[in-house]
Amino acid sequence: MTQVLAISFSLNGKTIAVDVPAHMLLIDLIRDRLGPKGTKRSCDMEVCGACTVLLDGEPISSCTTLAVDVDRREVTTIEGVTPSDGLSPIQEAFVLHGGLQCGFCTPGFIMAVTALLKTTPHPTDAEIRHYLDGNLCRCTGYTKIFEAVKSLAGRQDAA
Amino acid sequence: MLPSPFQFERPSTIADAVRAVGDSSDGMFYAGGTELLLALKMRVIRADRLIDIKGIPGLDCIAVNGMNEIEIGARCTHRKISGDPVIREHVPALASLCAEVANIRVRNVGTIGGNLCFGEPHADPPTMLAALNARLVLEGSRGTREVHADDFIRSEMETVREPDELLRVIVFPQPAGPVAYRRFKHGERPSVNVAMAWSLNADGSTIRSARVRVGALGSRPQPLPVVEVALRNVAVTGARQAIETALPAALDQLEVNADRHGGADYKRHLAGVLLLRNADEAVIAGGSWLK
Repeated sequence: MTQVLAISFSLNGKTIAVDVPAHMLLIDLIRDRLGPKGTKRSCDMEVCGACTVLLDGEPISSCTTLAVDVDRREVTTIEGVTPSDGLSPIQEAFVLHGGLQCGFCTPGFIMAVTALLKTTPHPTDAEIRHYLDGNLCRCTGYTKIFEAVKSLAGRQDAA
Repeated sequence: MLPSPFQFERPSTIADAVRAVGDSSDGMFYAGGTELLLALKMRVIRADRLIDIKGIPGLDCIAVNGMNEIEIGARCTHRKISGDPVIREHVPALASLCAEVANIRVRNVGTIGGNLCFGEPHADPPTMLAALNARLVLEGSRGTREVHADDFIRSEMETVREPDELLRVIVFPQPAGPVAYRRFKHGERPSVNVAMAWSLNADGSTIRSARVRVGALGSRPQPLPVVEVALRNVAVTGARQAIETALPAALDQLEVNADRHGGADYKRHLAGVLLLRNADEAVIAGGSWLK
């Protein structure tokens, strides 16, 4: 018999109380049960970063996280960092620098960059490359993404 | 992919966790899940019960104990170890290793204990911990026992840990000389890795003893006894030459699997290259070791 647990957590600042099967994955809870579709499933094995969300501000792979593990914690998805009107400074930088083409990996990158700039507002080139090493893009060749992040270094409003 | 359904329990003590997991191997300890959930999703292993150990206090501590040994709680994440002041001061090579495991998301939740217990041959920490002469402390229904890191991983994905034994803490002596680690990889996991730890004499000029471990080549980390013997009581400045002389015979003794990471001869060659680079780093670090 499937065990169901009651969890309560913050999703993009809104408190969610929901019953979930013990074996449910966070990505399925977010996309299939709660609705927001910005978080992307791709490799399904913690390698590509497309499913990146923030758990208490730190990037994790939602494809390989149990929904029960976010109980009493804060989850932020791409919807949570996107203003209701327009784009965030990080999103704008990606657009300005051509840091996306098909856009599938972009929510994951935006979440990772959000976490990076929160803890390291002035990242060095090496720190940017090291932090984003686990986010894969099959279109841009990374240079444009790197330039977008570089342009944000030190901007007060970025994170 | 979705794992098969399982029961989920959250004990708050080690004793309760050991009781809850049982000894029939249908229950498994669970922490970061970065290895376990992948295997459950791919259905290559099955668990009827997951025993979440994240609510047990004390499993994520890092400290120097009364015997001047370093203790790392098994539930410490790679991220925590990489930034920990004790590790950065006493074993900076281990901090750097943990800062490079997989990717930022895995490092945020993946634990060193989970990494060891999974027994994945292409892993970073087991090679390093064997070179550091670490002991792994296991708590089970029949009491506590210690296993040397060298003896812990039996084969690919297989350790000597019983299903109802919880890895509580990893203990190793404070290094008495430079420690170096290098790997070669072209994916998330190391294709070949080499760890070396030297114990220097009082003035830092001579290697009293060396421990060298090569990982990811075979089913578990392997020592290089020929190199270890060659480095005994050798001047730090003569280390590279001593290794170069011993290297061909030492590499011949390695068990090497050809796999998607490369052919056997190629990976054996890489092990030698990484070892010599470690030696160059250790020689430079050796001079500043006593300061």
